[in-house]
Amino acid sequence: MALLTGGLFLPQWAMFIVTIAFAKALVALGLMILLRAGLISFGQALYYCLGAYAAGALGRFLGIADIFVQMLAGAAAAGIAAFILGFLLAKYRGIFFGLLSLALSMILYGLLVKNETLGSTDGFNILPSTLFGTRPGPAWVRYAVLASAAVVSLGLALVVHRYLRTPLGRLAPAIKDNEIRVEYMGASARYAVHVIYVVAAVLAGVGGALAATTVGHIDPDMAFWTTSGEFIFITILAGTGSVAAPFAGALIYEIIHTTAYDLSPNTWQLSLGAALLIIIVFLPQGLWSLVSKMSTRYARHP
Amino acid sequence: MPAILDARGLCKRFGAVTAANEVSAAIEKDTVVGLIGTNGAGKTTFINMITGYLKPERGAIEYEGRDITALPPREITRLGICRSFQIPQLYGSLSVWENMMVGIGIVLANAGQGGFFARGRIWDTRPVPGYGRPAAEVAEHILERFGLADYRHRNAQVLPGGVRKLLDIALTMVAKPRLLLLDEPTSGVSAQEKFGIMQMVLEAVRAEGATVLFVEHDMEVVSRFAQRVLAFYDGRIIADAAPEVALADPEVRRHVVGRARAAHA
Repeated sequence: MALLTGGLFLPQWAMFIVTIAFAKALVALGLMILLRAGLISFGQALYYCLGAYAAGALGRFLGIADIFVQMLAGAAAAGIAAFILGFLLAKYRGIFFGLLSLALSMILYGLLVKNETLGSTDGFNILPSTLFGTRPGPAWVRYAVLASAAVVSLGLALVVHRYLRTPLGRLAPAIKDNEIRVEYMGASARYAVHVIYVVAAVLAGVGGALAATTVGHIDPDMAFWTTSGEFIFITILAGTGSVAAPFAGALIYEIIHTTAYDLSPNTWQLSLGAALLIIIVFLPQGLWSLVSKMSTRYARHP
Repeated sequence: MPAILDARGLCKRFGAVTAANEVSAAIEKDTVVGLIGTNGAGKTTFINMITGYLKPERGAIEYEGRDITALPPREITRLGICRSFQIPQLYGSLSVWENMMVGIGIVLANAGQGGFFARGRIWDTRPVPGYGRPAAEVAEHILERFGLADYRHRNAQVLPGGVRKLLDIALTMVAKPRLLLLDEPTSGVSAQEKFGIMQMVLEAVRAEGATVLFVEHDMEVVSRFAQRVLAFYDGRIIADAAPEVALADPEVRRHVVGRARAAHA
């Protein structure tokens, strides 16, 4: 709520940063639930990119630019792809899972680069967003997208929050700890990983569609491995303590990114790297550990 | 008495080593059976074949009249055969209580009590199959039975060895097994504590109506707690009788008991 009203007073550039942060946070949210099961995907950009291209294709070939339809299409495309690829990936753990997911995202990158109808390396522009059939005025487009992003993100965060309390959500750390025991207690770890993988992909797909409509342009770099690296960066920065963590992490990441780029356009990665290094050394559980520490302190001394 | 488990002619080889050579045994319901034998005699291989971890090359395993030879471990578990491990297999990053809750969650999901996506409330309200009580009460009951109630908030990773062992066995109980296989339940436990722990474990699992197979190296524990002994040597069962008969068998004395004594000395 605060964000919806506060968003009204944000300058245009800040609205852009916050919306992109929402998009990336959704991907990081997916990485977080994978991480809880002990899995690191180095290729989550695959679903981010698929979501973006699904949203873009809707406008390019069907003339549909409604932001919610776009996000739905992104979710569906990513979900279907993850469901199919999941049969392969759910068998693997650790470094094999990570590298296989990386390879798959690079295959998509390769395909998009070679595809002329989808604009090859240049990608293509996205139609200006509409909202339930209405087209907001130029001054309102950014806010409309931001508001939609906030509502959808909040909804998805609540769904994930609830998921963490289901038997499957509780099974994830158990799979990370001891898969043998999970099997001997009568659960299928492979099935659980497959489901978690699809959920994570759907989140990334929505994030991709959101990013596409926010930026107004998509290109194959969205599937490149450095994009996946960015998502892992955000996830580690944020920590896995709460579903709110990826959102805080993504926003801070975007702020660091923008500031660093502004200060020194050629060496911004250096500042970003230094920031991550500091986090890993001083807050190995991520930024969210600050919040959990503070809340326990307040609980002790109200 | 009807047999709950019937293994017939099981054979399993690992390269040149014959881990099971025509192993046959029928286990009657509501009995406590001890498996003895030196290391490498085939006890754990026998347990691994029953639980589906290893597939025998020949032979068949019937459980409650159903052929389970080809089933994977999780499906065998769902049918009511659970096992504990020689080295405790716990969820190290979770507390004792959460370890139990993960197990109960699996049981609830498998029983179709809302499935894996059921909302959080199922933990409070749905009766756990076999116990007919909600999750927290079942966890409390089992932890109490195994003397683990005081450890509930401790992380599984930092528990003392004996407690880890007990939690490993307690975890099998959430599924209310009808056949329980205990792989060296007292290994790593001091000699004085062995009897007490074995007493507690058997009382707890027999109270829930489980038939028990346990692997044990201490012959005093075996003769005190087992109603029947299967002695393994070189992948074969060389004796299958009441403990006093089996432990007096000359072949068992030569291959199993003698060595166990020597190892203890």
